[in-house]
Order: sequence, then structure tokens, then C-alpha cells
Amino acid sequence: MSHDEISFHLPPPAALIPAPPAVAAPVMVPLTIDGRAVEVPAGATLIDACKTLDIDVPTLCYLETLTPVNACRVCVVEVEGARVLAPACSRAVEAGMVVKTRSPRVDLSRKLVLELLGSSVDLSTAPGLSGMMHEYGARPDRFQEVLGSPSSVSSVAQPVKIDNHLYVRDYGKCVLCYKCVEACGTDAQNTFAIAVAGRGFAAHISTELDVPLPDSACVYCGNCIAVCPTGALMATPEFELRQAGQWRPETQAVTDTICPYCGVGCTLTVHVQDQQIVKVTSPFDNAVTRGNLCVKGRFGFEYVNRTQSD
Amino acid sequence: MNGADQLCRDLESRFGHAVHRSPCLGQCDRGSAALITRAGSDPERFVLAPVSADEVAKALSAGTVPTVPRVGASANGAGAKIVRRMNVADATSLASYRQHGGYQALAKAIEIGAAAVIAEVSAARLLGRGGAAFPTGRKWDAVAREPARPHYVVCNADESEPGTFKDRVLMEQDPFAVIEAITIGGLATGAERGFIYIRGEYPESERAIAGAIQQARAAGLLGVDVSGTGQAFDIEIRRGGGAYICGEETALFNSIEGKRGEPRSKPPFPAQFGLFGKPTVVNNVETLVNVLDILIDGGDAWSKTGTAGSAGTRLFCLSGHVVTPGLYEIECGQTLRHAIGVAGGIPNGRALQAVLLGGAAGTFVGPDALDMPLSFEGARAANATLGSGVIMVFDETADLMDTLARIAQFFRDESCGQCVPCRVGTVRQAELLQGRDPGSGIRDPGSGIRDPGSAHHSAR
Ligand SMILES: Cc1cc2nc3c(=O)[nH]c(=O)nc-3n(C[C@H](O)[C@H](O)[C@H](O)COP(=O)(O)O)c2cc1C
Ligand code: SF4
Ligand code: SF4
Ligand code: FES
Repeated sequence: MSHDEISFHLPPPAALIPAPPAVAAPVMVPLTIDGRAVEVPAGATLIDACKTLDIDVPTLCYLETLTPVNACRVCVVEVEGARVLAPACSRAVEAGMVVKTRSPRVDLSRKLVLELLGSSVDLSTAPGLSGMMHEYGARPDRFQEVLGSPSSVSSVAQPVKIDNHLYVRDYGKCVLCYKCVEACGTDAQNTFAIAVAGRGFAAHISTELDVPLPDSACVYCGNCIAVCPTGALMATPEFELRQAGQWRPETQAVTDTICPYCGVGCTLTVHVQDQQIVKVTSPFDNAVTRGNLCVKGRFGFEYVNRTQSD
Repeated sequence: MNGADQLCRDLESRFGHAVHRSPCLGQCDRGSAALITRAGSDPERFVLAPVSADEVAKALSAGTVPTVPRVGASANGAGAKIVRRMNVADATSLASYRQHGGYQALAKAIEIGAAAVIAEVSAARLLGRGGAAFPTGRKWDAVAREPARPHYVVCNADESEPGTFKDRVLMEQDPFAVIEAITIGGLATGAERGFIYIRGEYPESERAIAGAIQQARAAGLLGVDVSGTGQAFDIEIRRGGGAYICGEETALFNSIEGKRGEPRSKPPFPAQFGLFGKPTVVNNVETLVNVLDILIDGGDAWSKTGTAGSAGTRLFCLSGHVVTPGLYEIECGQTLRHAIGVAGGIPNGRALQAVLLGGAAGTFVGPDALDMPLSFEGARAANATLGSGVIMVFDETADLMDTLARIAQFFRDESCGQCVPCRVGTVRQAELLQGRDPGSGIRDPGSGIRDPGSAHHSAR
């Protein structure tokens, strides 16, 4: 066997490295928020503008990675000269806008939205909501006080849907923010397993013809769970630990790693409690995943928890 | 009010679950009404009003769609403009429509050209009759200027505001006028396709409009070459599925597109991003029909009727406690007292308690408002709205709290469910109103009933 020269050559250097096409500098739009002047690129929303000024606007149905649906209305702000309040999460900035993020009208509206939700939906597992309730002085119980009995105050209370091994759907906790529908649809997964059905107070998230999840188009990516702001959608391990009173997020170690399954290289955030993986998420600002995973990354961690003898 | 409860009970005892109570079928001039579907491979739908349970049974077993006597409209004051062909021309015949001046406006529009049509409509100061009172000329001009193609024209015939029936009468009695007006809108704004979205509970209107479209096509007034202009324009009918919210223009677009009937966030407005995301003119039936006279009279001359802020006449739907409920064309600026008088006043010498102006989404006014001019500015000054032209009269015997509770129930049932203030707020309002003891007024009015309203008011 002769020792041939390794016939591998680097490609010649490119004569001309193509430059990326020139991008026109964005047109900047000036506006005033809470008395402070700010300039943001055209097409930005009021909430984007508020962020550049570090002004906090409460949101529920908004997420950076999803198309705004402006359904919850807790983010409303006052735009000078407008008849109605504007949802900051979706209203595009206009030159010369004068915006107030807090005013008696804004605060009353936010308080009412919180009271209406708090009186009809179980918000016990919605992070951040009790703080919001407190800040706006929301008292969801006051309807019951006026109407007499709890039973005369309609709510969406209903049994938890447990029809598969990976996640539960507890629609008694659903604020109908549409985020799961968007994540399952064109904003991420393009599976369209769920949509809003019914109307008015009977509107609800449903699979096609309300079939159980295993009979639906669902591929168990869990991207809906990731975006749900109230815990209505919850992976089974977390649900079972909570049922048993053993869900202790303050004790959990949270570690970022790379998914071992395929070459895409999604960032996994692994939540570990008592030496067991109890939940897998992905950061919303991750360039690869934007918070989305597939069934293997999100749910395929059982093998880590097993020992060889299992 | 006119025995609807008794009719429902009679029908339910006969037909059981096949009976579904409806808050309003748009037949307020002749209640109680029933929308009947005869099931089968080729289902037939028709409305009977006023009707008894016996008549419903008879109609169901008969083999044909019954003919219902059509009730026309009356004019007063400035003379019949919009309603002049009603009960005069044969609404089913293009020839008769032409004999009574039909299609002269289209001829004029073709003669003067698109830009001049829009100029006339702007000069007329025509404001939308669907409730929002937006200047029609401005809307048309905005769409005509949009470079994106195609453009669409949509006629909003969803008429689902309780107490409103004007568009139904227009479509049934003068369908060619509606078709001619949509055609003019299309030619003026550069659209080749128009849609008319007809309320699902209006089978009679749908038949009338379908017949008119067919005849207009056959006569070359619709199609690839409208009246020899070389311009194409045609109209398609879409039937609503029984949702009040689909009368809102952007929910209506979603509905036509086959999506869930939910309003979209505005801006962007329909003139930029309307049906199928394209520049779209959307107008109420009555608004469009006014365009015919604007072209024939000239915008300036037309705007001499009515008041400075409200040009022209309006169709008012008078119902409730008046001697002759019906549709009345009244010049803008006449008083509310005049309108009630035109409908014969309040029967049996009873006193007026309140008037619901503008439909369920409108405002109650008391007897002190009788001298309010029926104009956009007059209503605004009285903190009221003319909305879709509803004047529902309640005499001293009416239980207004019951009416209010029904209105709350209506909005609870008709919320699309998208936004929290409406989805939950309308439920809380209905609960607070239903929980009260009869005749006791609103329970603890300080603590709740107005609040959801204010959040809702601030939301959309
Ligand atoms: C809840 C809601 C229901 C509406 N229903 C109707 C309707 O049934 N018919 C109608 O013409 N306009 C209705 N509108 C008004 C339309 O959105 C729109 O303003 C109108 O069709 C524009 O036509 P116009 O300028 O000719 O009035 C409704 C608006 C809202 C907010
Ligand atoms: S798990 Fe994925 S596919 Fe299933 S409903 Fe949620 S987003 Fe849709
Ligand atoms: S299940 Fe969760 S994400 Fe989906 S609509 Fe309800 S609250 Fe929003
Ligand atoms: S966050 Fe803006 S409407 Fe929900």
C-alpha cells in the first residue's frame, strides 16, 4: 500500500467576497411616551417603544415570538386624540403620537380586565398575575359580593382534560389568549391541531370536532405549553408533581444544554428537581428555537432519569 | 311585545327542540316573526310575519315557499327619495326598474367617469348609514388611490342590529337599486368584484338580490363588459351565518374569507387592508342606494336636503308602541316627535316613557328628548346616536328594566369572545341585570354594572 499524498486541497480563496446587500437605515419615528421623547424604527409597536424607555406595560396575550392578537386588553394605553384606548402590544407607532401608559382611564380598564378574568378563570398557576392584581387594586370577588352566591357568577370551571401521557389541558385556567392557537398554527408549528370554537363566553380552545388529543392532528411538540401564560396547558410531570404538592420551582436547577437528538442543535433548558428532569423548555430569545422544540426535545428525557438496570 | 312569547310557547309545544328563539329577525314592523327552514335535499328557507303557530304548521306541510305580502315604506317631509319606487315599480323586473328611472345613475357615472363620481359623492357630504357615520366620499377616494390590486367593493347587508329592518325592505322592494349602486361603487373605485353579505335570516332579500343580479347580468349591466365600458364588474352573494358581530366590517371580511367571524385590529383600515388583505370599500345598503340620487341630482343639489351636518334623508325603523310601525323616510333634521307622529303616535292615548335610538347598541332617551333633531349632530348634542336608524318606542306600560336585561342578554350571546372586556363583561352585565327583583331597578348600580361598560367602551 503506497502512501499517496493526501489529495485534498483547500479551495482557492474567493476573488471577491460578496457583500451582503445594503440595507437602508430604518426610518425612525418620533413620539412621546409619558412625557419622554423617543425614536423607534417605523413599524415598531407601542410596546417596543415603551421597552426602549424601560416603561413596563402589563401583557397577557402578547409574546415577542407571536403575532399580536390583542385579545386580553390589559396592555391598553391612552393615545392623545383617539376615542378609544389602544392595545400597546399591536398598535404601530405613528410620528407625533402622544401616549400615556398610566392614567385613571388606563388603570380602570386594566383593573376591570383583571377582575373579569379573575372572577371567571382559575389564575392560581398564572405567574405574575397576583402582582398585577395587587398593582391595579383588582378585586375579582366583588361581583360575587353583589350577586350573592358564587354560583351566580359564571366561570369557565371544568374538569381537567387528561387524554394522553405527555400533557394535560386544564381549560378552567384558560384566559383565551390565543397564544397556543398561534404557536400551533402559522407562528411556529403549522400543525393547526387546535383553534377557537364557540362564541362569546362559550368560546374555547378545541381540537377539530373536539376529539381527544391523540385523535387530533397534534404532534406533541408542546410549543403551546411553552407559550401558555396561565398553566392551563401543562406537561404531565409538572401537573402530577403539583397535584402531589411536590412542585418546588425554587429548588430546581435550571441548565441550558443542546438537544442530543438531531443536528439542528436546539437549546434545551432542563429543569431538574430532586435529581430528576421535571421539565424541558427553550429560551424564547434563542436564535435556533425561538422557544420552540419538537416532541423529542421537549418530552424525550425519560432515558436520562433511568438507570441501566431499569 | 306583540305576543312573541306566546308564539314561541305555541311553537315549542308543537315542534319541541326544532324551535330556536331569536332576539330579532329584522321584522320589527310586523312581528311576531318566524324564520322557517323546510329540511330536505333542497332545503327551503322563508320568513313569515306576523305569524301564528297554525300558520307555521301549514307552511311547513305545504309544498311551496309561501308568498308573504311585502310591506313597503312611507316617505314624509322632503318627499320620497330612497323609497319612491317601493310599491310603485315591480321589484322583480329590470324593465319596470328602468321605467321608473333605474340605471340612469350608472349611465351618468359612466359618462362623467370615476374621478367625477367620487367628487359628486364627496360634494354630497354623504355619511355612512351603517352606524359609524363615516364620509363615504373619503372612503371611496382612499380606495381609488391605493396602488395595490385588486380592489373590492363590499355591500354590508348583514343588518343585525336589533330593531333595524331598513336594508331588508330596500333589498326586497328595490333590489336593482342596490345592485346598480354597488356597480357604480365598483367602477368608481377600480374594483372588478363586489360582494353583498346578506344576513342569514333574510332569505327573501337573498332571493330578490339573486334575481336582480341574474337579470342585470343577462342585460350586460354586470359581467366582463359593464354596459359597453370595457370594464369588468360582477357581484357575488354571501349569506351570513347568524352572527351579529359579522356586521362589523372586518369581521365581515373574515367571514367572507371563510375564517372565524372576529373583528380585526384597526388600523390598518379596510381602505388599505380589507377583504383578502386588499383595498376595499365597505358600505351599508342604504348608504349605497343614496349614491344613485346623488349622481342624478348632482352632489351639491342633493346635499341641500337635510341639515348642514347631515345631508339627505334617512330611513327610520319605527317599532314598538306606535300606531303604525314601519319604515319611514324622513329628512335629516326633523324632530323625534315628528318621526313618532308620522308613525301615528303612541296608541291608546298612553304617555311616552322612553325611546331606544339606534338599536341595541344605541341609547335610551326620555320624553325630554322629543324635540331632538334627527341628525348626526343633533343626536351627538343629546349624547345619543342614530346608529342604524332605529326608533323603538316604549310607552308608560313598558318594563324598561326587562328590556335592558334582554339587551344585555343579546350582547352576552352575540359577543364573538375574542376580547376580555366583551367576552366576560357582557356576562357580568347580564348577570347583574337578571339578578334583580322585578321592578326594583339595578342592584347596587355603583358596584359593577357601569364598569364593564366603561372598559368595553375603552376597548374597541
Ligand atoms: C358590532 C358591530 C355591528 C355592526 N353591524 C352592522 C350591520 O349589521 N350593518 C351595517 O351596515 N354596518 C354594521 N356595522 C358598521 C360597519 O362596521 C361599517 O361601519 C359599515 O358597514 C360601513 O358602512 P357605511 O359607511 O356605509 O355606514 C357594525 C359595526 C359594529 C361595531
Ligand atoms: S403540542 Fe404542538 S401540535 Fe400539539 S396542540 Fe400544541 S402546538 Fe399544536
Ligand atoms: S390554553 Fe393557555 S395559551 Fe391557549 S388560549 Fe388558553 S391560556 Fe392561552
Ligand atoms: S397583551 Fe395587548 S391585548 Fe393582550
